[in-house]
Amino acid sequence: MIRLVGILVGLGFTFVVLLTFLVGAYTAATEPAAETAEHAFHLTPKEDVHFSFEGPVGHWDIAQLQRGYKVYKEVCSACHSLKQVAFRNLADLGYSEAQVKAEAAAWRVPGIDPNTGEATTRPGLPTDAFPSPYPNSVAAAAANNNAIPPDLSLMTKARHEGSHYVYSLLTGYQEPSAELAERFPESLPGPGLHHNPYFANLNLAMAPPLTTEGQVTYDDGTVATVDQMSQDVAAFLTWTAEPKLVKRKQTGWPVLGFLLFATILAWFAKKSVWANAKRRED
Amino acid sequence: MASTGTADAHSEEVGVASEDGVRRRDFIEIAAVSAAGVGGLACLLPLVSQMAPSADVLAESSTELDISALEEGQSIKAVFRKQPVFVRHLTPAEIEAADAVDVGSLRDPQTLQERTEDGHHNILVVMGVCTHLGCVPLGAAEGENKGEFGGYFCPCHGSHYDTAARIRKGPAPKNLEVPTYEFTTDTTIVIG
Amino acid sequence: MSFPWAKNYEPVNPVMKFMDEKLPLPRLVYNAVGAGYPVPRNLSYFWNFGILAGFCLVLQIVTGVVLAMHYAANSGIAFNSVEHIMRDVNWGWMLRYMHANGASFFFLVIYIHIFRGFFYSSYKAPREMIWLLGVVIFLLTMATAFMGYVLPWGQMSFWGAKVITGLFSAIPLVGEPIQIWLLGGFAPDNAALNRFFSLHFMLPFVILGVVILHIWALHIPGSSNPTGVEVKQESDTVPFHPYYTAKDGFGLGVFLLIYFAFVFFFPNTLGHPDNYIEANPLSTPAHIVPEWYFYPFYAILRAFTFDFIIEAKLWGVLAMFSSILVWFFLPWLDKSPVRSGHYRPMFRKFFWFGLIPCMAVLFYCGGAPAEEPYVMISQIATAYYFLHFLVILPIISSIERPEPLPFSITEAVLGSDDSAVIEPAAKAAE
Repeated sequence: MIRLVGILVGLGFTFVVLLTFLVGAYTAATEPAAETAEHAFHLTPKEDVHFSFEGPVGHWDIAQLQRGYKVYKEVCSACHSLKQVAFRNLADLGYSEAQVKAEAAAWRVPGIDPNTGEATTRPGLPTDAFPSPYPNSVAAAAANNNAIPPDLSLMTKARHEGSHYVYSLLTGYQEPSAELAERFPESLPGPGLHHNPYFANLNLAMAPPLTTEGQVTYDDGTVATVDQMSQDVAAFLTWTAEPKLVKRKQTGWPVLGFLLFATILAWFAKKSVWANAKRRED
Repeated sequence: MASTGTADAHSEEVGVASEDGVRRRDFIEIAAVSAAGVGGLACLLPLVSQMAPSADVLAESSTELDISALEEGQSIKAVFRKQPVFVRHLTPAEIEAADAVDVGSLRDPQTLQERTEDGHHNILVVMGVCTHLGCVPLGAAEGENKGEFGGYFCPCHGSHYDTAARIRKGPAPKNLEVPTYEFTTDTTIVIG
Repeated sequence: MSFPWAKNYEPVNPVMKFMDEKLPLPRLVYNAVGAGYPVPRNLSYFWNFGILAGFCLVLQIVTGVVLAMHYAANSGIAFNSVEHIMRDVNWGWMLRYMHANGASFFFLVIYIHIFRGFFYSSYKAPREMIWLLGVVIFLLTMATAFMGYVLPWGQMSFWGAKVITGLFSAIPLVGEPIQIWLLGGFAPDNAALNRFFSLHFMLPFVILGVVILHIWALHIPGSSNPTGVEVKQESDTVPFHPYYTAKDGFGLGVFLLIYFAFVFFFPNTLGHPDNYIEANPLSTPAHIVPEWYFYPFYAILRAFTFDFIIEAKLWGVLAMFSSILVWFFLPWLDKSPVRSGHYRPMFRKFFWFGLIPCMAVLFYCGGAPAEEPYVMISQIATAYYFLHFLVILPIISSIERPEPLPFSITEAVLGSDDSAVIEPAAKAAE
């Protein structure tokens, strides 16, 4: 009885899904889905840069992180917040306690006037998070043609191949190709938009932020080419997204090493136990 | 995981089963079980230390205070590690009262000199945490009960502290704790 | 119950004697996973996955309880509290990665455990109850995993909660009130997040309870084995301890090596980047998918796109739930007297060339975007899925000619069994 009902139910579902399939196949044959501009022109992140933190024994390039921080501070922070990161975290970038304190004090964070209680700003303390350039999301939208600049703390984890994505996006601004203009005129950047094949829908509200060599003056004398600045800030944002990245990899090796050792021991122990079983049978 | 508990029962069995080779086999099995034990113990490290104060909590463990507006006879309450700190600008009378006490007769013998910083013996900084069971004593704010000795009074179980915040009466075992602090300028103290 | 030759627990010292009289917990353990439990001597490594699943459950409970000490179930701060764990809590990053990847590995282990059951027909008499409880565990685990994925309150969390509770809105008439009731609002928000957290904390202990029933039920007939021939005599079995504790210990080591390789070197590979963007009720990610372990069922859900009598949405929901519910009926759908796929030529072909590729396709298509050709491919695979369990299995179980079975497990292992010659007498005695 169960089997009979089962067969009927099974045939029922099969019939319906095959019917759906036929309808879908007919639709696909008669009106094939049009290709989209994203499909044709979106590019996956460039793979031609190598970051020091990549690979199983990756480590931070402290000088690069410091340069990247400078790019963030002087360029990105005009529009983008970094709310998951506190000034005290800059100690990871090789700054001393005094430097961190001085760095924090150079930023203005929201505060309360101790005498009147009114909202005001005060110099940052190491325990404060990086402040948002806008008081709230409405202000952020209003100042940016309704495109709210996203928080950058987790950007490299929030995109596939995040570090490479940030680098590619920053170096990927270009004029739309003639082919795009011809095939998908509606995907050309409208007013206030900028073509970038590394961005999901090809049209980005952010104007190219890094445009000229020397836009940021590096303290360590590195030549600040657009490519260099893009790499550095991509590295910095990888650190902000996962400050424990290097510690994670460094912890991994001893754990795996110990487990390998223990597993080999377990293998021999298992063999010796089972040798016993074979013998008993004789 | 399951193997650790009954390991010794098994090694006995091996011993009975065969005389030669017992040592080598025992060794490998004991080693494997020990490795599992070591691994298990190592797991305790993160599980235990995750309960210790996190990085953001530790980062907040210093408090900077501006006491330029603190008049003689006044107190302020500040917060250090999420606990109250009392800063009192002692009057000459209070200092005199504190110095008049025979230190040897105290439950927790300390002089006011020892409890304040050199050059600032009129500024008394103590944790506002009763050493009995952790209530916040009264006496720091205007008009509060200062207890029988003119310092602080803990209403929970009736501990009286004097003008140097030393325990004088009641169940508390110690004087109010003086936190580690320093004067960075004449009117700024950093606690912690 | 146990086999007559099972070793009896004998407390060795007065303390254990006292314990045994007042609370025979050591005896229970001894009979469950100790020397007192005779187990077929021919189990393959596929039989490791039950213990591994139990280990994963404990791992998830331990790391989960610890994470709950730092997590805040409030839609305003949930996302930040997870980042607090990742950045500031001592070892928080590791504990969270262990929990997130632990869920994935839990499902990997469960799937291997279930498909081992399919191939060796572990659901057949006398083990129906073990199987039924197992399916219950699977359903509870799915619910727990879903609610756990909502907690970080990222974009995938939010939209996952919206889409999965939206499944209930397919129910005619009462669907939408049910969805609103489930969420405690018109869209996922604080109310939903809080109840999901509460249930996510509570359900694992329910799972633990059902796991105990699952193991209890297992100890009534004893473990199955790769030949599918039941245990006949003492030489067919070995005591669980030390034989299978040793084997499981080694299996656990291998499992941990792979698991920790992911935790430390690919912790986000099995997840989705969109969940590192805080939940935004005003914008849906371009391509929303559940976690990988739900892909096959998600593919089945999406395979129905055509209104036939009832609307397509309801067909999809019915099919998705049915695709797991059919497992409850397996013991009565597959009536073949032979258990093991090793001795069932037709069944074996349909398993390896039908069910396994079908699942692989469903896994692949469930994670692919909802566009052609993936939808059409998953429709074919969905059709096969239902045919396999509901039509093919019942039919081949009546028409198939099984290959000859070994007389006993001993014979299967050693090539001969001395007791085989006295088989007729033994049969008569039974």
